[in-house]
Amino acid sequence: MAELRALVAVKRVIDFAVKIRVKPDRTGVVTDGVKHSMNPFCEIAVEEAVRLKEKKLVKEIIAVSCGPAQCQETIRTALAMGADRGIHVEVPAAEADRLGPLQVARVLAKLAEKEKVDLVLLGKQAIDDDCNQTGQMTAGFLDWPQGTFASQVTLEGDKVKVEREIDGGLETLRLKLPAVVTADLRLNEPRYATLPNIMGAGPKASASGNGSADVAPMEAGCRRLGQGRPVNRGLPCAESQEEED
Amino acid sequence: MLLPLAKLSCPAYQCFHALKIKKDYLPLCATRWSSTSVVPRITTHYTVCPRDKDKRWEGVNMERFAEEADVVIVGAGPAGLSAAIRLKQLATKQEKDIRVCLVEKAAQIGAHTLSGACLDPRGFEELFPDWKEKGAPLNTPVTEDRFGILTEKYRIPVPILPGLPMNNHGNYIVRLGHLVSWMGEQAESLGVEVYPGYAAAEVLFHEDGSVKGVATNDVGIQKDGAPKTTFERGLELHAKVTIFAEGCHGHLAKQLYKKFDLRANCEPQTYGIGLKESIPKLTFPGGLLIGCSPGFMNVPKIKGTHTAMKSGILAAESIFNQLTSENLQSKTTGLHVTEYEDNLKKSWVWKELYTVRNIRPSCHGILGVYGGMIYTGIFYWIFRGMEPWTLKHKGSDSDQLKPAKDCTPIEYPKPDGQISFDLLSSVALSGTNHEHDQPAHLTLKDDSIPVNRNLSIYDGPEQRFCPAGVYEFVPLEQGDGFRLQINAQNCVHCKTCDIKDPSQNINWVVPEGGGGPAYNGM
Repeated sequence: MAELRALVAVKRVIDFAVKIRVKPDRTGVVTDGVKHSMNPFCEIAVEEAVRLKEKKLVKEIIAVSCGPAQCQETIRTALAMGADRGIHVEVPAAEADRLGPLQVARVLAKLAEKEKVDLVLLGKQAIDDDCNQTGQMTAGFLDWPQGTFASQVTLEGDKVKVEREIDGGLETLRLKLPAVVTADLRLNEPRYATLPNIMGAGPKASASGNGSADVAPMEAGCRRLGQGRPVNRGLPCAESQEEED
Repeated sequence: MLLPLAKLSCPAYQCFHALKIKKDYLPLCATRWSSTSVVPRITTHYTVCPRDKDKRWEGVNMERFAEEADVVIVGAGPAGLSAAIRLKQLATKQEKDIRVCLVEKAAQIGAHTLSGACLDPRGFEELFPDWKEKGAPLNTPVTEDRFGILTEKYRIPVPILPGLPMNNHGNYIVRLGHLVSWMGEQAESLGVEVYPGYAAAEVLFHEDGSVKGVATNDVGIQKDGAPKTTFERGLELHAKVTIFAEGCHGHLAKQLYKKFDLRANCEPQTYGIGLKESIPKLTFPGGLLIGCSPGFMNVPKIKGTHTAMKSGILAAESIFNQLTSENLQSKTTGLHVTEYEDNLKKSWVWKELYTVRNIRPSCHGILGVYGGMIYTGIFYWIFRGMEPWTLKHKGSDSDQLKPAKDCTPIEYPKPDGQISFDLLSSVALSGTNHEHDQPAHLTLKDDSIPVNRNLSIYDGPEQRFCPAGVYEFVPLEQGDGFRLQINAQNCVHCKTCDIKDPSQNINWVVPEGGGGPAYNGM
């Protein structure tokens, strides 16, 4: 009975364990040769989509990533985890630097309409820019309901119940499909992309939808002026006294 | 559970009776406690604590998928990649189709490569005669060499004469990690299936004892050894020939040395700090060893990359001949490519290593390094290593430690943040990380030895020789004494502990693939 289709957006970011180094000219961070991997929250989103497919509530999962050629590896990982198709929106490396949530949200909105999906899943934020905006903006462009910071997602017919982690505790929403959901940490524990799946994903990745979607051009609304380490404010930490109460 | 109990001494047996309720939940390895003092369980890895008798693993599907290839290569360093590339080059030239699979424990090719490096392009040029056009990152030719003995404040210059191994004319300074990444790209474009992030954890054997292939590591095991919901078995990669190019002190190679007795006629291997550096038998049914794993490093020249590459190339050529020969008759299901060792002995690698074979052992004499230098000057430079004798090493590295009571502790000055740095911030620079919820991959055959032997006799050398601060002796929460704490996440995969442990109790096995250092272009 599952006719639902899901679009999962994944981002290729610098691996969380790597020590970040700022470029000497302070225009950004060193990314050349540095280990990259899928954004951890995006992994959680992919895992949720795959679980829904295993429960036979979702029929097809499309993984999409915007960025330079190396994003193909990220899409391949998503395919190995269980996505059916991958779409790579190719952005030349020079322009990729100016790619921000607004541009990506536009792309995702266009793709969601083009592919006629019912559910758009994303990670709540990327660990490199910490913007936490793409999911929300995508919902805005599509004029769809959104359930962000999801710690539980339950599909109920033509609606989706989303339990959200908010500052005051937990909030439960019921959204009419189609909807946008962003994944928070406790939604699930992502599976490993095992070698047999990666081997199988190879042919899948090249066979299908890896054409760059012809979507709106990237006009950069904002430009990064500089990037550097936080300034040492020179304030000493208060000595912690060992006080036994 | 009952069988090992019979071997225990009475008080321990009574302990077990008292712990009757917990008995069923204690995996087999806990029964190795041989004294009444409680030894905290450290090792939970399944290579030490078997899973087939562990109650937590009941009902877990342990089936593995298998893939068939012609050649499987373990390790994507200079040697492994050279072999892979050469195999595909030969296949293309002779229009044959062979499937070559390459597994590498690092998350990306080059992330675990650590070397100077000053590359002698000899091996590389045989692989890529047109490397300049292809854009290989050999950008810095050596222009000048200076050799000196450093004293506390001065430098005594030592002349480098042409013909001495330290002479670097014609060599290139490279970032070996970048070179290895570049080779990885070339390999992929030639059609090699490269799989970074997957560690080969187990050697597989045919019934006749020849090597069948390798299996990648299982994933999804908790720190205490129990399965997680995401548990999945590794993949078996079967091949006609398996090439082991694991690098210095590879853990699978260690198993193979024992199984096939490959080190029967050679000296124990000596190391710097377990990263680089007496050549064993190199082939066995179903596989062979290349690169720094058996060790082709030219010590006085301080270069091993070129010989590693050449060993990879020769291995590929020998294997290719066997794979494509029409009337192949093999006694074993896994092919035994003895031609590789013969070809290596006829090549420039052997000649080069033969001429310098005595230089490292000559440093063991009374005059130490100076004796070594004098020896080099006379016997290498003048006589070109033709002397009829071969000096021996002093024995394996792990036997060299003296008991702590015979030594005075060295007072090291505190790191000053300018030319010396503290250990943990240096480890952080390597970017090393492992999934924290997995069994520690630094396994102990006997959990009681670190405190009972290493600490009591040698004052716990593992807390000093590990460059990443993995081993710590922390005071027990109750009472006197210490226990060993293994911070497996810090491990930089150097294998020093496996090499240097005086009790040879530590067995380094591979962690979940993708973990480990993330060197960039080292």
